Amino acid sequence: MTHSTGSVSACLPINSDLDLVRVRQHVRQMTAQLGFGLVEQTKLVTAASELARNALVHGGGGQMECTSVSSGGIQGLRLVFSDQGPGIVDLDQALSDGYTSGEGLGMGLGGARRLVHEFSIDSRRGIGTTVTVTSWNSRPPRPREAP
Amino acid sequence: MTGAATSPFEGHVPVLRLGGVLLVTLQGDLYDSTAEQLQQDIGETAADSAVTGVVIDLSGVEIVDSFMGRVLSDVAAMTRLLAAQTVVAGMRPAVAITLVELGLTLPGLRTALNTEEALRLLGAEVAALPRAGRARGESP
Repeated sequence: MTHSTGSVSACLPINSDLDLVRVRQHVRQMTAQLGFGLVEQTKLVTAASELARNALVHGGGGQMECTSVSSGGIQGLRLVFSDQGPGIVDLDQALSDGYTSGEGLGMGLGGARRLVHEFSIDSRRGIGTTVTVTSWNSRPPRPREAP
Repeated sequence: MTGAATSPFEGHVPVLRLGGVLLVTLQGDLYDSTAEQLQQDIGETAADSAVTGVVIDLSGVEIVDSFMGRVLSDVAAMTRLLAAQTVVAGMRPAVAITLVELGLTLPGLRTALNTEEALRLLGAEVAALPRAGRARGESP
């Protein structure tokens, strides 16, 4: 069976800390199935945990869509976190390390971006926030960001 | 939902007292509430008894995110105020790599490669752990 891009394999709710555990376990299982190495598995699970917690704490809950994707014979996992929260006013600020609007260390969004291969965020005030991340099981050459 | 390989831990994590050291072994995936409860349990136990050190064994933990990182550094800060040192032991390499990339280097947190090293670091009375024929010839 070939992995077709764009088939949603699962959609998980994010409404409690029980759901955070489920999100982590699902992403762990999916990355293991796709043959990700242990470090890449751990990075994507950790990023998913950060983004799911953001959706829960700042977005008042939401959901994660998990899709296996492939490109040029390389398999990957795409995760889409969406909430209908207040949105992020200053995206640059939210992505910078050390910025926090609540509890935590302020590493959630910026840290999650460093843990994945592709990261995009769409946030609209009063409508909600959607974060899309993708990681591939065989690393494409990735431009390293300046710290 | 398919059955998960490791069931998440809910409730209280056991806090064992060995001499003047508290030993906490974390396994699998923790609920946020369990981690916060643990922080409270360590604080109460450390305050109630003459504890000089806390060892948190992370060897069974597959991920540490920024929330768990905050709990660990809060426990370290809290125990310092209660006159005890916290040492985090046995972190998996993949977890360490991820924490650094996440931007969490957890300064102020003492670490050891395993629980035994952590106890040694704390200068704990390992003699308090009875082991056959070990300390016999050495202690007068």
